[in-house]
Amino acid sequence: MIFNGFKRPDQSVGVRNHLLVLPSVVCANDTARLIGQQLQGAVYVTHEHGCGAHYHSSSDQIRRTMIGYGSNPNVGACIVVGLGCETMDAEEIAAGIAKTGKPVAAIVIQKVGGTIKAVSQGVQTGQKMLAELSAQKRQECDLSELIFALECGGSDSNSGISANPALGVASDLLIGEGGSSILSETSEIVGAEHLMAKRAVNKEVADQILEIVHRAEQEGVKQGLDMSNLAPGNREGGLSTVEEKSLGNIHKGGTSPVQEVLEYAFKPSRKGLIIMDTPGYDVESITAMVAGGAQVIAFTTGRGTPVGCPVAPVIKICSNSDTYGKMQDNIDINAGVIIDGLSTVQEVGQQIFQELVDVSNGKLTKAEQLGFGDFSIYRPLT
Amino acid sequence: MCKKEGLVLHEKDNVGTALNDLTAGSKIPVTKNQTITLTEDIPYGFKFSLHDIARGEAIIKYGEAIGQAKDSIKAGSLVHIHNTEGQRARGDL
Repeated sequence: MIFNGFKRPDQSVGVRNHLLVLPSVVCANDTARLIGQQLQGAVYVTHEHGCGAHYHSSSDQIRRTMIGYGSNPNVGACIVVGLGCETMDAEEIAAGIAKTGKPVAAIVIQKVGGTIKAVSQGVQTGQKMLAELSAQKRQECDLSELIFALECGGSDSNSGISANPALGVASDLLIGEGGSSILSETSEIVGAEHLMAKRAVNKEVADQILEIVHRAEQEGVKQGLDMSNLAPGNREGGLSTVEEKSLGNIHKGGTSPVQEVLEYAFKPSRKGLIIMDTPGYDVESITAMVAGGAQVIAFTTGRGTPVGCPVAPVIKICSNSDTYGKMQDNIDINAGVIIDGLSTVQEVGQQIFQELVDVSNGKLTKAEQLGFGDFSIYRPLT
Repeated sequence: MCKKEGLVLHEKDNVGTALNDLTAGSKIPVTKNQTITLTEDIPYGFKFSLHDIARGEAIIKYGEAIGQAKDSIKAGSLVHIHNTEGQRARGDL
């Protein structure tokens, strides 16, 4: 199946054509913001990372996420802004992103001599990039180039009956077209890992699924997190235990075999259904999947959520008609019609798949219309 | 198609899910041959037991264990955190 996207020099395909302004360190946040705000159509992010000595695994993860984010095919060009004395070297991040062949610049505040000069240089560079990006046209691309990130947040007991199974149908349809989906949030596979392991393509992948779930469970217990105790909104939505939430959650992954298990923010090496080991925090999980190359995010919710992503469209799918009625400004598709007896899981799954195609062709999602762009990198504690 | 009042997701399940706010005393059809009389109000989205469940018995939904009964649960009762506890990710088991 064909859609119209942006072909990148590294053969990847974007569904958007953003100029991203990315600070490599917290101290460059405001400078990145000023550059981004001056440039019509640019997106910028801010974060709390990048300064001093991190644990090795932590700095590797932050660096990998930043490079992956800038490398996402929806990003047509990128400006990395650094301070100059930080661990997360802006020039190194920029060099990592430049391997994709897209235009990338690094601006280092201490080198150029202050923020006014840095902003000036960033805006001048960004203007040239925007001129180039705005001249690029969408071209025919194959749907098999797409990676669909499967996220859920603010789940209720309807999620596992309506929105998640319908998303699973859409995910299977994309995989049937040769594309890929990423199922994430390991803490929400706890109690359902045996079912996912049975769907692994081989024993190695099955063992990896069991291993990441075991690790998340142990890590949670070590940190004193009671994962069995759900978020208040989950409990008020009728969910009683983490096992119940997980068994509903895994429906997002449809029925396809699991091809590969990835650590946080790594790129898939295979097509089909992938599991990425991310924490059960929506924005950190989405950021990781986008850093892994996902171009479109599907986000199922029972309680409702406004979350967006700066560089990728987020299609919001609601599990029940009450929340949809209240939060239509934030939600794209109402899967509550399944609960209401007005439609089937299969029909809503088809609708989500069609929305994925339309959004990939350029249709704006609700989160994009409202300009929501949340960004957060998960930092491991060791 | 019309909206159901309660939904049982798998033949092994011992709980159903309320698809409406259900009131005590209502008779809810859950399978072709079975109707459950609710002993208490079941809010929309919450679970009710399909038969008596003994203390320590598994609560089954989606055909899988979602936790254990903390107390004995009479048929038609609300099944939630007051009488159900998860067995995973707790650190105390």
